[in-house]
Amino acid sequence: MSILIDSSSKVIVQGITGRDGSFHAERMKEYGTKIVGGVTPGKGGQEAAGVPVFNTVKEAKKKTGADTAVIYVPAAFAKAAVLEDIEAGMELVICITEGIPVLDMVEVARALKKSKTRLIGPNCPGVISPGKSKVGIMPGHIHKPGPIGVVSRSGTLTYEVVYNLTLGGLGQSTCVGLGGDPIIGTRFVEVLEMFMKDKETKGVVMVGEIGGHDEQAAAVYIKKHAKKPIVGFIAGRTAPEGKRMGHAGAIISSGESTAEAKRRVLSDAGVIVVDFPDEIPTVFKQKLK
Amino acid sequence: MKIHEYQAVGLFKKAGIPTSEGKVAVQLSEAVSIAKRLGYPIVLKAQVLVGGRGKAGGVKVVSTQKELEEKFEQIRKLNIKGYAVERIYVARALDIKKEYYLSCIVDNNASDVVVIASAAGGIDIEETAKTNPKAIKKFYLNGSRQPDAKQLTAFIHSVLTSPAHQKQAVDIAEKLIKLFFENDCSLAEINPLVVNEKNSLVAGDAKVVLDDNGLFRHKDLQALRDIKYEDLDELEAKEKNLSFVKLDGNVGCIVNGAGLAMATMDIVKLVGGQPANFLDVGGSSNPEKVLNALKIILKNKNIKAILINIFGGITRCDDIAQGIIQARAQINIPVPLVVRLTGTNEEIAKKMLLTEGIQTFATMREGVNRVVELARKV
Repeated sequence: MSILIDSSSKVIVQGITGRDGSFHAERMKEYGTKIVGGVTPGKGGQEAAGVPVFNTVKEAKKKTGADTAVIYVPAAFAKAAVLEDIEAGMELVICITEGIPVLDMVEVARALKKSKTRLIGPNCPGVISPGKSKVGIMPGHIHKPGPIGVVSRSGTLTYEVVYNLTLGGLGQSTCVGLGGDPIIGTRFVEVLEMFMKDKETKGVVMVGEIGGHDEQAAAVYIKKHAKKPIVGFIAGRTAPEGKRMGHAGAIISSGESTAEAKRRVLSDAGVIVVDFPDEIPTVFKQKLK
Repeated sequence: MKIHEYQAVGLFKKAGIPTSEGKVAVQLSEAVSIAKRLGYPIVLKAQVLVGGRGKAGGVKVVSTQKELEEKFEQIRKLNIKGYAVERIYVARALDIKKEYYLSCIVDNNASDVVVIASAAGGIDIEETAKTNPKAIKKFYLNGSRQPDAKQLTAFIHSVLTSPAHQKQAVDIAEKLIKLFFENDCSLAEINPLVVNEKNSLVAGDAKVVLDDNGLFRHKDLQALRDIKYEDLDELEAKEKNLSFVKLDGNVGCIVNGAGLAMATMDIVKLVGGQPANFLDVGGSSNPEKVLNALKIILKNKNIKAILINIFGGITRCDDIAQGIIQARAQINIPVPLVVRLTGTNEEIAKKMLLTEGIQTFATMREGVNRVVELARKV
């Protein structure tokens, strides 16, 4: 098992005729992901990355039986792309796009609430269930199937963590990039819940960072419900207050949004909070004995 | 992006929200003529994009021209949290009978927009939220750009219990919400919302923060940016699609990805070094970006050594290596360079750099240890 995606996931790529969309469609296919089609309005009937292109998500879903969509469209069009997926009843939407206006995400969040669609992202690297399916932009080869679930607000820092796990002989069940924006479709708590239920997952790494209070919400959940070991890493201990650190959501605006506050609250909830990503495999080896 | 009060007042006026009459002045002569037109008493308000101007003496009420001349010069000489006062907003002083608080803000945790109101105006809203949360009332819009008129009315009535002000307050709240959405704001605040001598409501202050990600669809608002409040190097970096924040240390960092860039700084500190900056070169690996990143970092004369920490995914390590080699040919890099490369095309990149005499490290810990050691030696 794994969470969110597996080898049966049928994926369409929104923005497949664009530079990023076509490049990553190829990479995902190489990894073994079932890419069944693409969507670019006005380019229906063409072919890209070896799959048919449709004008609308609705049509693509009907013709291909897709259950998952991945979005590579520019920020100005991302809201419409997600809303189209929700309208079409897509089960899972993974939005890679960075720079979406926050009020667009407020509108998307409202539509999500009334639907069965789950959104991962935006501004995220995507989701990978190693050996089964990769939907996003992460380098597939650093992953390996195994017992550790990874959930993170970051991109390359997640790769760093995964690389260390793999080097340390620990594979991954699923790695989920939540995204670096202040408003995201899925937050820590929801993914932790999925990992707790997933039989393949024996332990979880959560990678947080400064800004917001999602780590605090996660700590409340972990204290009550976590039955598997969780290792935490929080980025931004040296970040100055009031400065946006690359991610739109990574900004210290209050006491609770600092790295130290998050480390403390997670630690109090029973999470093993490490200083260095390369300590993670050692911790699991002791815990999973 | 924060904008000045006088600019926010402009947005308020356009939206039909009553404000006290006023205009911004740079020169004393301008202030004098504005005051003559408006009539005394006049309030002078320093236009700075940092909080705490009142406490710093940046807001003064004056009753005569002589007083205005004196206070204007005083305010202009102020340094408020490191910023000189360049502009002063000159407005008719309000005769304040009562003060309320009204704002519209994005609540990230709730993924929603919320209207906040309080019968205690002129307050520090964050402080009050902690010390007396009951004094603050919230109305969530549930993802809608237009709230249900009845619900909004009931909400406003629950805060402004005096019937004389209720109708006008609902009207102002509606206009504030409209302004908020139309301009892609992350905050639009009236603090205080004043009841004046005519028993009508007037915005006593105007605060607007715009969403950076929404600015691309508001060409007019982009012009409101006050670059004095931006670090010039940070602005230059932004133009080159790099994300850069300057710090106090001496270890320069060039990293791909924001999370890894923060983690790199943190680890530099943990092993005993001092990071000089946050720098994210972003996802794609144009060799030009490495050159631009090095140029920006090297403007900082405190730098003793530089760490390039790359986890190749979409970013190809050989492109980064190419960028490093090109940069060394084009500019003088007077400090030692430590390179950590992992991921896509790592082996090719290592060979390219080795030929140039640059040693590479495979792990972040090795790279960080080395750069901190070098920064100490110099």
